[in-house]
Amino acid sequence: MLPYLLRRTLSLFFVLFGLAILIFVIARIVPGDPARIALGPLATAQQVAELRADMGLDQPFLAQLGTYLAGLVQGDLGTSLLTSRPVLDDILAALPATVELALFTILLQISLSIPLGVLAAVYRNTWVDTVTRVVSLIGVVTPGFVLAIILQLLASYTVTIFPVTGRIDPSLGFAADVTGLLLVDGLIAGRLDVVGDALRHLILPSLSLAAAGIGQVMRITRAAMIEVAGRDFVEAARAYGIPERVVTFRYMLRVAAVAPLTILGLEFASLIGNAFIVEFVFSWPGIASYGVRTILQKDLNAVIGVVLVSGLFFVVANLIIDILLGFLDPRHRLQLGARD
Amino acid sequence: MTPPSSLSDANGHRTLTARQMAWYRFSRNPAALIGAAIVVSVVIAALFAPWLAPSPESAGSLVDFRNRHSPPDWDNWMGTDNVGRDIFSRVLFGYQVSLGMVIGVLGVAVPFGVLLGLVAGYFGGWVETVIMRFTDVMLALPPLAMALAITAVLSPNIVNAMIAITLLWWTWHTRLIYRIVKAQMNEDYVEAAKVAGASHTHILFQELLPNCVAAVAVKVSLDAGFVILFGAALSFLGLGAQPPTPDLGTMVSTGSEYLPEFWWQALMPGLAILYAILGFNLLGDGLRDMLDVEL
Repeated sequence: MLPYLLRRTLSLFFVLFGLAILIFVIARIVPGDPARIALGPLATAQQVAELRADMGLDQPFLAQLGTYLAGLVQGDLGTSLLTSRPVLDDILAALPATVELALFTILLQISLSIPLGVLAAVYRNTWVDTVTRVVSLIGVVTPGFVLAIILQLLASYTVTIFPVTGRIDPSLGFAADVTGLLLVDGLIAGRLDVVGDALRHLILPSLSLAAAGIGQVMRITRAAMIEVAGRDFVEAARAYGIPERVVTFRYMLRVAAVAPLTILGLEFASLIGNAFIVEFVFSWPGIASYGVRTILQKDLNAVIGVVLVSGLFFVVANLIIDILLGFLDPRHRLQLGARD
Repeated sequence: MTPPSSLSDANGHRTLTARQMAWYRFSRNPAALIGAAIVVSVVIAALFAPWLAPSPESAGSLVDFRNRHSPPDWDNWMGTDNVGRDIFSRVLFGYQVSLGMVIGVLGVAVPFGVLLGLVAGYFGGWVETVIMRFTDVMLALPPLAMALAITAVLSPNIVNAMIAITLLWWTWHTRLIYRIVKAQMNEDYVEAAKVAGASHTHILFQELLPNCVAAVAVKVSLDAGFVILFGAALSFLGLGAQPPTPDLGTMVSTGSEYLPEFWWQALMPGLAILYAILGFNLLGDGLRDMLDVEL
């Protein structure tokens, strides 16, 4: 296990390094002068030249790459052209909102998809099965931004208790400065009104973000449960007179859960990437909103920073899932060992 | 691979060829048939948009302020947008853009990905290591963030959006074909071809490739839906097709500025995207059951 972990961690750095170089190269080979774009068409040639020198753009390409990577190792992502602040500060300021959204979304996915999948498998080929399968199909095929708009419409016409933009009502005058997560900081400060308001703001964005994963995981849970239902150990457990509920949840689900958990892990890993659209629609002040704004402004340092952070999240989450699966399923652990 | 085409066995019972069996499975699967029907309707809408559209001039930058923001009715089935264009007509032309994107992306990414998968699986050794490690790195990149970054640095338009999606898409086909070829390499027919002195090209394209076709067909059908989704998402963020191109994602994005009063402007193109994705998904699932492949 240990050598495997070491190798995975090494390859993680390799992937991030490759990602950094790839995106830097793409950003630098494109036509157009970043300094000129930043200053706009009215700037004088001298101003542009000064900014070029300032940004290191007058250096040879490899020197630029070297400087960039050296800065990266020290956690320096450069300065944002849009906000004139260090990119890292901007990202750290926006990150808690995204993390809160991602955590709430994965919670929603786990608590809805697996029970519904089990339900569909237990009552398979009945109307319960049909309904859950249709719901899961709709979840899979509805683009996040379309669902977001449908939910916003519902929220403005029928269920008006859910706000359609932002993270918290500013009139509550609450600043989350412990963890940055409103739900946690609200609880710490004993402000239940803040927790309630943050929850109401969270529901619609996280539902839009969660739907595709819920549909997919539901399908896989159902298939895995049906497959497990045919195994001998299930028959044996029933023969011992173990109650059906216990057989379903303690015996079958434990074996069947590996596949859905793998998919949930992948889903969680791509949440920050997928959050771009949902954050945009709901004006959620997270890293994806920042990413879209800086992308549209061609603020290259910030764009590279955002892609690197979502890449980091993606590979680290994948690594953690692999380790967790090892604990859940000894065969997975053996396979990992066998590969070394 | 194809069994003999006789229609009756020794006892005179009617038997079905593999192809008939497959079609039987497909035709008894209502979801697959619905999917096929949806896909056909989308293709027809795209091909014949200029003739089917009630108002073909709405596809461009027509301005008809007297009719702006008019809700869905008998004349404009999906209502009109902020400058009075017929949304239904724009949706039909929007399918042209979407399907064009699917063909552009998959037309490059699939042959490229399949070729790399074939080569990696067949030759093995350092060729395999180089190709598959590179594929792994590409698969580790967060797709949407990467596509956003690429289109942003290349300047946002529909061709660059397609380039970005293509750059990220081939990897899935490489991995799929690699896995199939690896499994096939132990089969007798490959060994026989080698012993008979067949060239690498012959074995790759005449022996191995035909065994990958079913899996690729299923994957392409499922992919088509996701390419539409991806393209629409990029356009929605303003990084794909630019106005006045009648792109579905752009239409949702423009329409969402007029929510909630003029709800149809965002909702109708949104549902049109959903409809197309649903069709390709159902069709892909049906094909998977019919051809009995695992992806």
